[in-house]
Amino acid sequence: MVSALDRKLLRDLSRLKGQVVTIALVVAAGIAAFVAMKGNYASLEHARDSYYERSRFADVFAHLERAPEALRADLESIPGVSRVDTRVVEGAMIPLATFSEPIRAQLISLPPGGHAVLNDLYLVEGRMVEPGHSDEAVIIQSFAAAHGLRPGSEMPVVINGVWRRLRVVGVAMSPEYVMAMSPGAVTQDPRRFAVVWMDRAPLAGAFEMEGAFNDVSLELQPGASEEEVLAVTDRVLAPYGGFGAIPRRKQLSNNVIDGELLQMKSMSTIVPAIFLAVAALLLNVVLSRLVHLQRPDIATLKAVGYSDYEIGLHFLKLVVVISGLGALLGLGAGAWLGSQLTKLYGQFFKFPSLQFQLDLSSTALAMAISFAAAFVGAFGAVRAVMKLAPAEAMRPAAPTHYRRSLVDLLRLGRVVGPSAQMIMRELERRPLRTLGSSAAIAASVGLLVVAGWYSDGLDTLMYTQFHEVMREDVMVAFSEPRPERAVRELEHLPGVLSAEGMRMVPVRFVNGALVRDGVINGYVDDGEMRTLRDRFGRVVPLPPDGVVLTDLLGELLRVKVGDTLEVQIREGKRSVERLTISGFVDEGFGLQGHMRIGPLREVLGEEPLVSTGLLRVDPTRSRELDERLKAMPHIASVTKRSDIFAQFREQSGAMIATMTVLITLFAAVITVGVVYNNARIALSLRARDLASLRVLGFHRREISAILLGELAIQVLVSLPLGMWFGSVLVHGIASTVDPEQFRLPVILTSRSYAYAALVALVASALSALLVRRKLDRLDLIGVLKTRE
Amino acid sequence: MAEYSPSSASPSREPAVLDARGITKVYRMGEVDVHALRGVDAALYAGELVVLVGASGSGKSTLLNIMGGLDSPSEGSVFYRDEDLTHADSWELTRYRREHVGFVFQFYNLIPSLTARENIALVTDIADDPLDPAEALALVGLGDRLDHFPAQLSGGEQQRVAIARAIAKQPEVLLCDEPTGALDYRTGVRVLEIIERVNRELGTTTAIITHNAPIAAMANRVITLQDGRVVEERVNPARVQASDIRW
Repeated sequence: MVSALDRKLLRDLSRLKGQVVTIALVVAAGIAAFVAMKGNYASLEHARDSYYERSRFADVFAHLERAPEALRADLESIPGVSRVDTRVVEGAMIPLATFSEPIRAQLISLPPGGHAVLNDLYLVEGRMVEPGHSDEAVIIQSFAAAHGLRPGSEMPVVINGVWRRLRVVGVAMSPEYVMAMSPGAVTQDPRRFAVVWMDRAPLAGAFEMEGAFNDVSLELQPGASEEEVLAVTDRVLAPYGGFGAIPRRKQLSNNVIDGELLQMKSMSTIVPAIFLAVAALLLNVVLSRLVHLQRPDIATLKAVGYSDYEIGLHFLKLVVVISGLGALLGLGAGAWLGSQLTKLYGQFFKFPSLQFQLDLSSTALAMAISFAAAFVGAFGAVRAVMKLAPAEAMRPAAPTHYRRSLVDLLRLGRVVGPSAQMIMRELERRPLRTLGSSAAIAASVGLLVVAGWYSDGLDTLMYTQFHEVMREDVMVAFSEPRPERAVRELEHLPGVLSAEGMRMVPVRFVNGALVRDGVINGYVDDGEMRTLRDRFGRVVPLPPDGVVLTDLLGELLRVKVGDTLEVQIREGKRSVERLTISGFVDEGFGLQGHMRIGPLREVLGEEPLVSTGLLRVDPTRSRELDERLKAMPHIASVTKRSDIFAQFREQSGAMIATMTVLITLFAAVITVGVVYNNARIALSLRARDLASLRVLGFHRREISAILLGELAIQVLVSLPLGMWFGSVLVHGIASTVDPEQFRLPVILTSRSYAYAALVALVASALSALLVRRKLDRLDLIGVLKTRE
Repeated sequence: MAEYSPSSASPSREPAVLDARGITKVYRMGEVDVHALRGVDAALYAGELVVLVGASGSGKSTLLNIMGGLDSPSEGSVFYRDEDLTHADSWELTRYRREHVGFVFQFYNLIPSLTARENIALVTDIADDPLDPAEALALVGLGDRLDHFPAQLSGGEQQRVAIARAIAKQPEVLLCDEPTGALDYRTGVRVLEIIERVNRELGTTTAIITHNAPIAAMANRVITLQDGRVVEERVNPARVQASDIRW
């Protein structure tokens, strides 16, 4: 049987349903964010780790010019190495008939049987290539899906300048290409980048690699020193044109995934923490005031003989119901949201099995936090009422003590009128409560600023990169450096308006023990398409000689302007040079050096060569141009600036849109939760004052102004506070991105701020309207008749 | 428990059910000290009906609250039989109220979210040997209003629910604070009749406080308070029935 006290609980809940729902929603938002983001993070991490484990993803990767297979034994004997896998890896071009542009491909050899010792493939469809079948290929799933290729499909591939037709026999995923990015790209583009696995013999034959290899992966023994293995591997491979071994964390796909996960980890802590903190604050404030409003009921319960414990329990039940409702709702919404997020990530990260899973420990933690917050809030208030003798609790509380406010001190009373004075005195009487409410709204404004930064900030970064730094329409990468006349040839192609060459040299920068791999870009004098610019798009003039480094690279290598730096050239004659540092540039992406092309060629001691052609193109003739480029054998890839930009937008667009909608929704929930509850409680506490004013002849509009004016001021205070908080958050989040990969600039546009303010204002206005309806129905006589 | 000796004010009687001696009460209302009681002696004896009269502010409600264990005196002592309430902690006072005292307030103090029956169940849920809520309501003539919420009842009906709630636990002491204060004459008399009946039929020791002097006529004994002091205490030689009281 339900006790009378529990009936009271149920009736209270139904009477307070507006407040119950809005508070429960804030709790739900906190828990949902926690469950979804932590779960998504844990799911991705689990998918990555288990996939790497099952596929025996290597620990060290090295590329080299050419080494005899016999060298394998030397690599196997390096202390700390447990397994070695050698292979042939080369670039190629796929001139697919159904796609206008040439497609860049990475060819990788497979051992007989198809299952490599390390970096094993996961076959999605079809089978592995059979030994001796030179026309068979397994292709990466992302590319297969982008072009509708399946086992049985055929495709042309230009391998070392020779046009060949390959038959797709299998579609696979690879731990090396979870993010299938072509070397040097900033986004993945499954339409324009393919990974193709072939039997080793035909591939080796095409590149004169019989009995040799040019790529090696190593697995380390547990506890082995990665640093030492890298150093020894480099020494072993040096005579064979080693490009420098890299550890797993620098492997392109893994590096991007790690970066994403790292960022997700910090986001999945920061965002839910804010929600939970706000929920805690709100539960605390609202419940304590709710309990306070029940002062006469509590007195009656005490008078008829209920103990403090029983009354306390009664209110704790209220708390449990509200936060329990929120927790359940949050758990459900979080699980759904998390699975959607994981699905979204699954479009970019190709893991064989990626399933959203609840992260139980953090879910339990989130619930515990919200329950604890609710308890603390209600407990404080219940205890305050408990301390009163029942007789005292039954008497109306003594008239609240007000002081003269700032308005009085400034003698503005006459100017602003009594309504404004009431508002000011109320606010000044409870500065902490005002500040607490403002802080909660400010937290939601802060989150909105973060959402704005994600879209506007990244947009600005991309705009700078793709409209100001890269001014060409098409970038053509040659499979190896070509004489300068290759640029003239490009210029004569149909649709090309102008062409410029550029020299990009892979190098290793060395300052004692400090080492970083990168490229040096050589710019033609008076070039129009590529000029060195910083991340804000400002032109940085290149000194007549010496090298200008990315400022972060300078910091990492601990060098300053005027120092000389050892530069190991990692192509051609592979010489070791010393370059004078002539400046630094603040760039958004990568670690690199910049020089004028003349001095660079002098350093390299080579004929005028170019590695890249930059083209301005007549857009009406681009199809014609694509067809001609596809037929040119020495071209490794063709990249259109507009495509990269579109690709980036498409990829990050969905993610950013999802984040923006979520954050907006959650921020609105917080704001409504704070404003609505404050208004409802203020209304209960001051119904008598307001009714008295109505009796005295105040209009509804005027009393609304008194009640809502107080809230309006809280919201207005919260706006600058929230914007400041948002920028702090943005700086925090930006700093979690691996700076060696790219540096998210903290660009906060006025649009981001305006959006944040708008959402907070609209949510507040809606809450105020809801309460205003109650105010309009104020029962004048009734309110005056009942005791306080 | 402190040692107890019977009140010297009434040497001829059996020991008092409730005995308050030398009670002083000072509170702070906002920034003002209010001296509600200044050394009051008062006792209630088994089965009697006492009326405490006095003007508003004379301290009668404060005295009643202290005797009912809702408040503690600043000075003086209160005994319920041989239990010292003066130094009782909140747990003991709660037990005292729960087991022995029924309250009726001027403003009824019903829980608005509970029906008449549920308001009574609130008490019967925690009492040892309670009446059935329906029975208690029948006793006050509201057998047909069981499932009405306070807002659906008139003031007199609400007060009768409050009386039903007070007597449902079969208390030894019934303390009524201005039970007719918010009611019109006819309804007020009806409420007084019920209190009188409870006192007579159930033998509940009853104290009524009022500023309405004619009500004193129904008492066995009348105590008059003024300015926080007892100014008169008299036995009523000829009790008048509640139904015959006029004001």
